[in-house]
Amino acid sequence: MSETTALLPGTAQHAGDGFGATAGDRFQDAVADRASRSAARPTWTSRFRWFARRPAAALALLWLLVVLVAALWPSVIAPGDPLAGVPAENLQGPSAAHWFGTDQIGRDLFTRVVHGTSLTISAASIAVVVGLVVGSVLGLVSGFAGGRTDAVIMRAADVLLAIPGLLLSLAIITALGFGTVNVAIAVGIASVASVSRIMRSEVIKVRTSAYIEAARASGNGWLRVLLRHVLPNSTGPVIVLGVLEFGGAILAVSALSFLGYGAPAPAPEWGALVSGGRDYLRGAWWLTTLPGLTIALTVLAANRLARGLDSEGTGRR
Amino acid sequence: MPATTTNRSSTVRYIASRLGQSLIVLWAAYTVSFIVLYALPSDPVALLAGGDATDVTPEQLAELTAQYGLDQPLVVQYLLRLGGVLRGDFGTSIATGRPVSEVIGEAVSPTLQLAGLAFLIAVLAGAGLAVLATYVRGRSLSTFLLGLPPLGVAIPSFWFGLMLIQWFSFQLPLFPAMGDKSVASLVLPSIALALPTGAMIAQLLSKSLATALGEAYIDTARAKGADRRRVHLRHALRNAALPAITMTGLIVGQLLSGTVVTETVFSRPGIGRVTATAVQQQDIPVVQGIVLFAATAFVLANLAVDLVYPLLDPRIQLTAAPRRRRQPSVPAHAEDPVTAAPAPDIDAVLEAAR
Repeated sequence: MSETTALLPGTAQHAGDGFGATAGDRFQDAVADRASRSAARPTWTSRFRWFARRPAAALALLWLLVVLVAALWPSVIAPGDPLAGVPAENLQGPSAAHWFGTDQIGRDLFTRVVHGTSLTISAASIAVVVGLVVGSVLGLVSGFAGGRTDAVIMRAADVLLAIPGLLLSLAIITALGFGTVNVAIAVGIASVASVSRIMRSEVIKVRTSAYIEAARASGNGWLRVLLRHVLPNSTGPVIVLGVLEFGGAILAVSALSFLGYGAPAPAPEWGALVSGGRDYLRGAWWLTTLPGLTIALTVLAANRLARGLDSEGTGRR
Repeated sequence: MPATTTNRSSTVRYIASRLGQSLIVLWAAYTVSFIVLYALPSDPVALLAGGDATDVTPEQLAELTAQYGLDQPLVVQYLLRLGGVLRGDFGTSIATGRPVSEVIGEAVSPTLQLAGLAFLIAVLAGAGLAVLATYVRGRSLSTFLLGLPPLGVAIPSFWFGLMLIQWFSFQLPLFPAMGDKSVASLVLPSIALALPTGAMIAQLLSKSLATALGEAYIDTARAKGADRRRVHLRHALRNAALPAITMTGLIVGQLLSGTVVTETVFSRPGIGRVTATAVQQQDIPVVQGIVLFAATAFVLANLAVDLVYPLLDPRIQLTAAPRRRRQPSVPAHAEDPVTAAPAPDIDAVLEAAR
């Protein structure tokens, strides 16, 4: 996907500003390039205005903040014990006392969903970090080194893409065993190939721009250029990708915990909660509907925010 | 198809080179799955013998390990198993002792029915939604329709399947909630399986339709007096569909892996159930067989697209020179105004070529 499209803007820019220009001109161009980038850096007020014009993105951010609070301090939102049930109050529908109703042994479902947040969110975060770190390093090396290294890494990525992500995750879980962390690692590794491709195309885009050439021309070593110039300028799209991957990671993690490969039984992982309500589908709709709705809203919010950030990023470029 | 002999031999060479590349991808997929499944530490034999149960002597354990060839060095195991695969022997299931090819073979048919119907639903609903969303004049209606695919992408498919059961099996007893006995039992699972894929197709196609509608040849067609519907379906959709068609391999893989969840939710037999059980039992040979099966489906779908694509897009010639990847060449052509302009005449070009 990336090869031609990624190379074209860079080469076009070079043909435009490079031909017949002196090194000094180029250096000034590079300085101007950087200056315009830092001038566009958003302030808090501009950020606020950006969200005010996009109510959907603002709502998405708000929901994710609530989810974050639930993950970090679950007792602030739901002070009860997620594992303790009152058998006399089992299988009650949603009410003022039990917002999400109660399950078959009288545990409050809202408390369980809130306390399960940290399990699901931390698993998704581990998955994103694993995918982004490994994928970015591979993409960075691939895009920067070029030649044979590039070819080998990209062919490997092609092969990984031939195996559907969920099946790759399942194969890794088969080898590593069950558990939240293993599920997270498996989901992360399954996303490495696509992350490395995107990172590579970003690196190629940045590598061919004028200020990198200026940095090289003023005598900086490759490693310094890579760490000080290429990396910071490639991170924007990677952060957007991270938010987008986060939504997908929540889906994958909860699907795997739904299938029973996550944390063992009483742990209130979101996918496991949906699975736990399966046997009571006919009588107690809330046991599957409400945890599932929580997952869907969180994924939707993460995807919406990623789309907002992405459109802003491309608009600015 | 090209008529002259030189063209025909170049077509043959093209197909041969694509076949060769496909085999290399399959070999690489085998190697990757071997590394993941056999090189990472796991002890399926101990699990088979009853986990940490103490009634199995170390000697019996060693015998079982030897029986499955798990005691040999990794390189030897790799070569032995690769040799077996080349002869059509995909190993023996550790949990049941049956050949892997048999375990997978008998599960293929119900999964093909499910995935086939889901493919149809995903393509028709996804493309229909994309066409409708870009066709309607009302701004709010269009915004609403364009808001649906992101929703479909965000909904967990296992949850959606359970919701379908709740609504259309329990509250309105229209379809059976589980089993594979009738055609009606296929309806809900295939809709559940089609949701994420259909939403992805709708997102992709509505984006490329919007781009196509801004191209110059659309103005040309309008100026020549073609009505709005004709321009939309005959001209814009035909060009916009091309990038979506290159995603076929991905879609097939997504549907196939989606059956793991769907078949579990709807208690149907098939590849997905076999996978879920094999992972549960750490049945490594079966899991590897399924990974290979999925990679083969992916490769075959891509091969089919490679062969059909030149028929759909006459700007692409069948050449023996192996293109490194299919996707980059397409946008490059599409952005070229000279080659993009005659695209509405695909019919005429195809007729002439025949």
